[in-house]
Amino acid sequence: MDHTSTLEKVIRGILLALVVIFFMFPIFWIFLMSFQTNESILRIPPSLAFTPTLENYIALVTGQMKTAAGSLQLNFMQNLWNSVLLSSASVIISLILGVPAAYAFARFKFRLGEDIAFTLLSFRFAPPLLVLLPLSLYFKTLGLTNTYIGLIWVYQLICLPLILWIVRGYFEDLSPDIEHAHRIAGYSWFQTFRKIAVPLALPGIAAAGLLAFIFAWNNFVFALVLASADKQPVTVGALAFVTASGIQYGQIAAAIIFSIIPTFVLAMFAQRYLVEGLSLGAVKG
Amino acid sequence: MTSSAMPGRPAKQSRFARKALPYLLSLPALLMCIGILIPFFTAVYYSLLRYRLNLPAMKGFIWFQNYINFFSDPKFWNTLKISLVYAGLTVVLELLLGLAIAMLLQKRTRLNNFISILLLLPLMTAPALAALMWKLMTNPNFGILSYLVSILGFPDMKWGSDPATALFTVTLVDVWVYTPFMMILLLAGLRSLPPAPFEAAALDGVPRSFVFFRITLPMLMPYILTATLFRLLDSIQQFDIIYAMTQGGPGDKLLVFQVQAYLDFFQATNVGRSAALMIILWAITYALSNVFIKQWLKLREKAHGVG
Repeated sequence: MDHTSTLEKVIRGILLALVVIFFMFPIFWIFLMSFQTNESILRIPPSLAFTPTLENYIALVTGQMKTAAGSLQLNFMQNLWNSVLLSSASVIISLILGVPAAYAFARFKFRLGEDIAFTLLSFRFAPPLLVLLPLSLYFKTLGLTNTYIGLIWVYQLICLPLILWIVRGYFEDLSPDIEHAHRIAGYSWFQTFRKIAVPLALPGIAAAGLLAFIFAWNNFVFALVLASADKQPVTVGALAFVTASGIQYGQIAAAIIFSIIPTFVLAMFAQRYLVEGLSLGAVKG
Repeated sequence: MTSSAMPGRPAKQSRFARKALPYLLSLPALLMCIGILIPFFTAVYYSLLRYRLNLPAMKGFIWFQNYINFFSDPKFWNTLKISLVYAGLTVVLELLLGLAIAMLLQKRTRLNNFISILLLLPLMTAPALAALMWKLMTNPNFGILSYLVSILGFPDMKWGSDPATALFTVTLVDVWVYTPFMMILLLAGLRSLPPAPFEAAALDGVPRSFVFFRITLPMLMPYILTATLFRLLDSIQQFDIIYAMTQGGPGDKLLVFQVQAYLDFFQATNVGRSAALMIILWAITYALSNVFIKQWLKLREKAHGVG
């Protein structure tokens, strides 16, 4: 394996460089754009030489956008807050509901158990608009349209199957012997679950939670159908922002950077678990 | 210790509890999702109705008429065709690229590991935002990519807004976002292969193409199948990238299932047709997901069974 020639090394190097350029360039370019004024963005030919400015970010944070026509109100910070709230609340609820269920599927063979587990998993694969469109009519009748509660409930469709199946895999990989020993020592089922099973599976639970958070954060279609401007997360908000702001390209770029940084940071923390999580635990990372 | 002193009672007490426990544990999660089954059955019902929000008086049960209409509806065949082409094109490209990159990164060097982590970033970008990023880069006035291709001799490339290049443009975004998914799964697969057959082949001086086609590929096949099926399931339902980039246009060029159903519902307010479309897509994904889950269970057993 080690008799690779110099030529091969050079070709590999070039190919890898091309790969890195293709996948990193868009992020790099939008990042640069977010520090430029509109005049500098619109230069032809595009150039890397510009005086960086924070005005795009300042405009987003203060909610005041200066255009040629005057000052415009924008609410991107509200979108950012909505994303934080929707994603965190959905993941917390999914963990509370999903971890005990995952434990049940991993430890007990019970009638309908496998059927229930598969039904829950199948939600991961069904087309979202299939349920979203009728749901939008129900939500109107129930008064759930454009409420956090309604959205967090539908977000369970993203978070719950993911957490259920990854955490189940973790519980199955743990030997039940320690739990048996604990039970024999006279502790209740719940104490054993809380003191032994959950702490041991904690890395898996944390990884599943992080992944579910990323998926919830990146979701677009749920809020597009079920929420109006004041409850929309960044994914929908950024798109609406493009329509509203028209040609404020620097601020659009800054909004994109604001929206992708949280998932990037989380991904860096969770990268060890990402492979396993993304494939629903089918592949060990 | 006290419980073993009186063996009869705790066992009796807990028999019911022990039987009910797994149901009690999984019930909350299930109840949360039961609410989702109601709109699912509603969608089935709607798909059997003549139901337009703008013409409520015409609402009525028409059995399978919505489905039967599809047969003679060129719009439907266009949707089916575009969806299949989109899914096939993206998944094949992502598989080939992902496999090639995984093989480049196979050796566990520090640089390779660093690059494989870097490549996760596109996958962590919300697809809708990724489409927006590429929209900025392909803007005809100032987009860097428009500028680059104009240097290469395509001065008036219109990317997503030209019927001739729209599919290419959204495919490019899809490839950018999802190739890393293929890559990390196949990389995990490649790195888990036993080294013995490769060492033996190297010792015997077997040509590399032979090693690739006769050893690497067959051994990697379970991983390839799992990753491909998984991506196919998502790709045939693609909505975010296409909607954020072109809203299904120009014309009917990119009206895939979910985009078409969305427009049927909110623009044409034809609830019946939109529901019938979604049921057909659901049937396709249901069949695919059954194959995927079988494949996935096999691979999972393999990955976890050894340890």
